[in-house]
Amino acid sequence: MPRFYGVEIRSRMMLGTAQYPSPAILAEAFRASGAGIATVSLRRESGGGRAGSDFWTLIRELGVRVLPNTAGCHSVKEAVTTAHMAREVFGTTWIKLEVIGHTDTLQPDPFALVEAARILAADGFEVFPYTTEDLVVAGKLLDAGCEVLMPWGAPIGSGLGLVNPYGLRALRERFPDVPLVVDAGIGLPSHAAAAMEMGYDAILLNTAVAKAGDPAAMARAFALAVEAGAAGRAADPMEPRDMAAASTPEIGRAFLE
Amino acid sequence: MPDRLTSATVLGTGVAGLALAAELTRRGVGVTVIDRAGAPGPSACSWWAGGMLAPFCEGESAEEPVVRLGQEAAGWWERAAGGVARAGTLVLALGRDRGELDRFARRTTAHRMLGREEIGALEPDLAGRFERALFFEEEAHLDPRATLTALRDRLAAAGVPILTGEAPPGGSAEAGPVFDCRGLAARDDLADLRGVKGEMLVLRCPDVALARPVRLLHPRIPLYIVPRGDGVFMLGATMIESGERGRITARSLLEMLTAAYALHPAFGEAEVLEIGVDARPAFPDNLPRIRRRGSRIYLNGLYRHGFLLAPALARMAADLVTGGPRPEVMDEDRA
Repeated sequence: MPRFYGVEIRSRMMLGTAQYPSPAILAEAFRASGAGIATVSLRRESGGGRAGSDFWTLIRELGVRVLPNTAGCHSVKEAVTTAHMAREVFGTTWIKLEVIGHTDTLQPDPFALVEAARILAADGFEVFPYTTEDLVVAGKLLDAGCEVLMPWGAPIGSGLGLVNPYGLRALRERFPDVPLVVDAGIGLPSHAAAAMEMGYDAILLNTAVAKAGDPAAMARAFALAVEAGAAGRAADPMEPRDMAAASTPEIGRAFLE
Repeated sequence: MPDRLTSATVLGTGVAGLALAAELTRRGVGVTVIDRAGAPGPSACSWWAGGMLAPFCEGESAEEPVVRLGQEAAGWWERAAGGVARAGTLVLALGRDRGELDRFARRTTAHRMLGREEIGALEPDLAGRFERALFFEEEAHLDPRATLTALRDRLAAAGVPILTGEAPPGGSAEAGPVFDCRGLAARDDLADLRGVKGEMLVLRCPDVALARPVRLLHPRIPLYIVPRGDGVFMLGATMIESGERGRITARSLLEMLTAAYALHPAFGEAEVLEIGVDARPAFPDNLPRIRRRGSRIYLNGLYRHGFLLAPALARMAADLVTGGPRPEVMDEDRA
């Protein structure tokens, strides 16, 4: 099971808390997923002061670890301020750091991300940066003090899956000891299984579950896929090859044509 | 509870309170209505509602009871207050969200897909702007403020006292039960009730005419535009998990206005008449409840379905105290 900043988590699935038809369905989806971590957007739901507290109560009642995020932040300053607010509201030094650089793709701004990560890590935060699969950026984030990386599979909410498997595989191979989480873009359980087969430690998803016709059933499907993918990885899969290799030997056949 | 109930008190002049008062009056119960403000107005979240009677569209995200019970609404409101427009609902998707239309169709019923020409025939001002739309022909809409006011006037004309003041402590044998329809104001009594913030706009745009509510599918906010006549449109509504009632954000304004502008560029020239913010009362599953505690009966949690579900809730609550069946939305008191 994955370890983030010294904390062992009982599940390889992390689930977002936005866009569910109702809080009751959100809670049901969490139960079905077995997720160990809930991500929460402070900006989207807060509304300032006590007003948003009903929602926080509900999240706390899920009984999972909360990972607040800086969703929707477009600058270093915004992200750092939001992280500080989140630390106060949730009493955790964990922060999923999102600094968006492009409106259409919601692609992270790697320059601002590294800078914000450095500021927050120096300030005692334990940063989970939402990044691309770029190796150089990944290295700089680690230098900045991050001990977890969260590369995207595809743009947020797109459901396209792992669009650059080569890049994700390279990242895994280059940083074998860093906890890696595929965050964003996962649409189907098979995408989650593929991430696990590549050796990723966990996945983070939201829309694929929240916007499914039956969110709880989809959460369960993802839980099964994550389990299957991780078990397959652990069982040491065969190497693919170009030519057929008969599983029954040809030598010794009784009759030859 | 006696089979022949003669009197009852209703707290609140929002959509739930007035609908229940009308339903009880119709069944011969002597009702007294008490409200903090004494009349329907901006302190009730139904004052800020869209007024869409769209049970089938709501089925996209709401559960089955909303779709089924909501089908009582149009007929009930026509009888109780008049002013119901039965023109259906048009559902459109913009640009890159076009795939959302198929998903919406899959999850709803009682609709048909229209092509370019049919859209233009229904709504001439949208002619040529959209390739496909879903048409929910059986749906209707009303003007919430005109409807609440008309209902209040009819109750007053029928001799129902509508008093200004706070809630009395409880019911008595002579005064009958107290129905608490105060919405979010009853939150201190109902621990599992929460507020879901909504933001809306009223625009005047004489250059655009629409005959029916138009919904725009959007990945984050289910935006709709409801014509109020005379070039006035209601634009709504955000859904934010917060009980805050006072403040609209720049982002919400921007998203709503952008969507209106995308529907028709003439909305860019619209005059902003009003910006409204309030919080809807909701239970954790976003379904309404009738809950009895002592002699007080709570009708609450109508969420974003006030006008859609108030008629069914009123019917069930009236049944409960006049010897009818136990309401399906009745729940046990967990206080």
